[in-house]
Amino acid sequence: MKMHQPLEGIMVLEFSQFLAGPSAGLRLADLGARVIKIERPISGDACRKLALKNLFVGEDSLLFHTINRHKESFVADLKSEKDLIVLKKLIKKADVITHNFRPGVMEKIGLDYKEVKKINDKVIYAEVSGYGKEGPWKDKPGQDLLVQALSGLTYLTGNENENLTPFGLSVADIMCGAHLVQGILAALLLQQQTGKGCLVEVSLLESILDFQFEFLTTCFNGGGLPQRSKVSNANSLLAAPYGNYQTKDGYIAIAMCNLKIFLNAIQLPSTHDFSLEDAFCKRDEIKKAISAHLIHNTTAYWLKALGQQQIWCMPLLNWNELIKAPAYTTLHWQQQVTTANQQTIELTRGAVQINNTKLFSSHPAPLLGEHTANIIKEFTTL
Amino acid sequence: MIQPLKNILVIDFSQFLSGPSCTLRLADLGADVIKIEKPITGDICRQLYVSDLMIDGESSLFHAINRNKKSFVADIKNDIDLARIKKLIAAADVVVHNFRPGVMKRLGLDYESVKALQPAIIYASISGYGDDGAFADEPGQDLLLQAVSGLNWLSGNEGDGPVPMGASVVDTLAGTYLAQGILAALFKKNKTGLGSSVQINMLESSLDFQFEVFTSFLNDGQQLPARSVVNAANAYLAAPYGIYATSDGYIALAMASIPIIADLIKCGELLSYPTPSLWFSKRDEIKKILANHLIKNTTAWWLSKLEPADIWCAEVLNYECLRKHDGYKVLDMEQEVTTTAGTVIATTRCPVKINGEVLKYPAGAPALGEHNNSITTQFNL
Repeated sequence: MKMHQPLEGIMVLEFSQFLAGPSAGLRLADLGARVIKIERPISGDACRKLALKNLFVGEDSLLFHTINRHKESFVADLKSEKDLIVLKKLIKKADVITHNFRPGVMEKIGLDYKEVKKINDKVIYAEVSGYGKEGPWKDKPGQDLLVQALSGLTYLTGNENENLTPFGLSVADIMCGAHLVQGILAALLLQQQTGKGCLVEVSLLESILDFQFEFLTTCFNGGGLPQRSKVSNANSLLAAPYGNYQTKDGYIAIAMCNLKIFLNAIQLPSTHDFSLEDAFCKRDEIKKAISAHLIHNTTAYWLKALGQQQIWCMPLLNWNELIKAPAYTTLHWQQQVTTANQQTIELTRGAVQINNTKLFSSHPAPLLGEHTANIIKEFTTL
Repeated sequence: MIQPLKNILVIDFSQFLSGPSCTLRLADLGADVIKIEKPITGDICRQLYVSDLMIDGESSLFHAINRNKKSFVADIKNDIDLARIKKLIAAADVVVHNFRPGVMKRLGLDYESVKALQPAIIYASISGYGDDGAFADEPGQDLLLQAVSGLNWLSGNEGDGPVPMGASVVDTLAGTYLAQGILAALFKKNKTGLGSSVQINMLESSLDFQFEVFTSFLNDGQQLPARSVVNAANAYLAAPYGIYATSDGYIALAMASIPIIADLIKCGELLSYPTPSLWFSKRDEIKKILANHLIKNTTAWWLSKLEPADIWCAEVLNYECLRKHDGYKVLDMEQEVTTTAGTVIATTRCPVKINGEVLKYPAGAPALGEHNNSITTQFNL
């Protein structure tokens, strides 16, 4: 299957650790690239020991297995001359290098873009930083929650007047890793035209600002700071009824719609009190009235009533409900992978499909240094 | 300026956010993007009424998402217009749409038909839930995708009920992943001459976003996430991870050792939690103690105690404070674009830099049908 994938023949050296860089490596691997993690001796990628809920598979965390399936591991001490000689042979053959060291680290090792270009001028050199390479934040830890905090993102979620609510996932890391993939692929296209490599830079902060482009553009052009609604907030820019509402037996999500049609569909007793023009400016009051009304009947009841009027709505599911839903099982979203120590774990696959082919891969994450000997043999005998 | 996608022609049938955010990125990378819009109303996003802010009579969202694109108005259901669109497609490299499954087939513009016009085409589509399955005909709208994918149980405090993420995160991810697929397919096309189709669905995009924690769920006996009762930031992480009110604002604390923090901020109560396992099992207690303590002094005061000790922390900024900060200004993240009507709009730029260059373009979003004449001439339609 890998034979037909777009990045077949592309070799990536991944000096990156944790999530942003390695999530980019994972996508490149799924698209057919050969990804070799360059890891330090003894401990390797710090993510190997970073566990969620203390879940480990053999020596390494389940989290490491999740992010690093389908990759190889090469151990090298970047401070050892001998190891650097071998590494430079790898670099000579590489198409892409990724790293997320803090500014200055690669310069000290002598593997910054300027130096690497001398070894291989076709290479795509892709850097992830927290906040860019200049300015007062350049040495600040590039950590997801801190980036969320500085970027204004924490003013978008949750109801107004509550404590600030960050996104409950590493959204800056994920967006930045995805942008890194875009940058690398664009650079590969450029390389096809010019025969030369280039430098690609992304940062967690720029990625999470890009993510907020609708809100920032609204703010820049006179729309003020985001004002969340006090009730069922879901998007500070949108009018009632947009949001989640509790029903008699669960929750229902209701998207943007014509307020008059919506209020008629749910037969809100005080419907006549609200006009179309009120949908945004009186949204707290309207949403409060809707909340008080929807609680009296079941989710299925409201789905039917709203569906008849072509109003966009869905029931809220948790993961237990989701994985039993036929809409989930038809996706074939999970894949079983057997690790080097013969444990079978349940992983997911990537969301990009080419020619209607789902990107499965049975290759587990590598043990630390699992491929060092073979890679040395492969690249030093050339 | 560097343009990796120079001379790449993208025909964009997509509306709202997911597809158009993808083609915005392609435009920023140098592609020529032509929006195909229906007569009179155009992309529904033009009229998506938000926060009272209109620019040239259209929503600020539309202008943010569609800068640097062209607009060609055509009625796909009219044979003459359809023939012109097909002629345009024959000259194109990429076709993008986010219609519901089956719509393009009925119009005679599905992948097989388009391939007959242009064999090397990259045919890229976004659906809500995939082409088949129980939800295939449901609307692929961001909040609804957040709802069905379990995303609402990760943010906010445990007692809050479901808390959606306050931005169109699934739309954005689907658009981002579609751009990845298109770029990869273009790379393959340059090498092999072969076109491809690229499929993204929003449900998978939302699940991919959650892959770390969802994988944890799949392997730990399917235990649902449990958020902190107070100051929640990530259901899977121990105290102090969260945002805390101070006497004059807020402070964010990432992973850190509780006894070390206790010492730095002089909070004796926290010394009862010496070991890392307690930082998770007793995180609500610890967070309450921290919240009660941090409210007593200013953000700057706490940062002056924590930052020198390399504790991962940050002040919390809103957009106004952010824009005044040197850490933001140095990014050069903003650009001004101008519509043909002369309206100037400030917006953000592409987050990817190539060879140290930021990618900025002066063109604003097009008026509906603004480029019909020039496109007709250029492609001899």
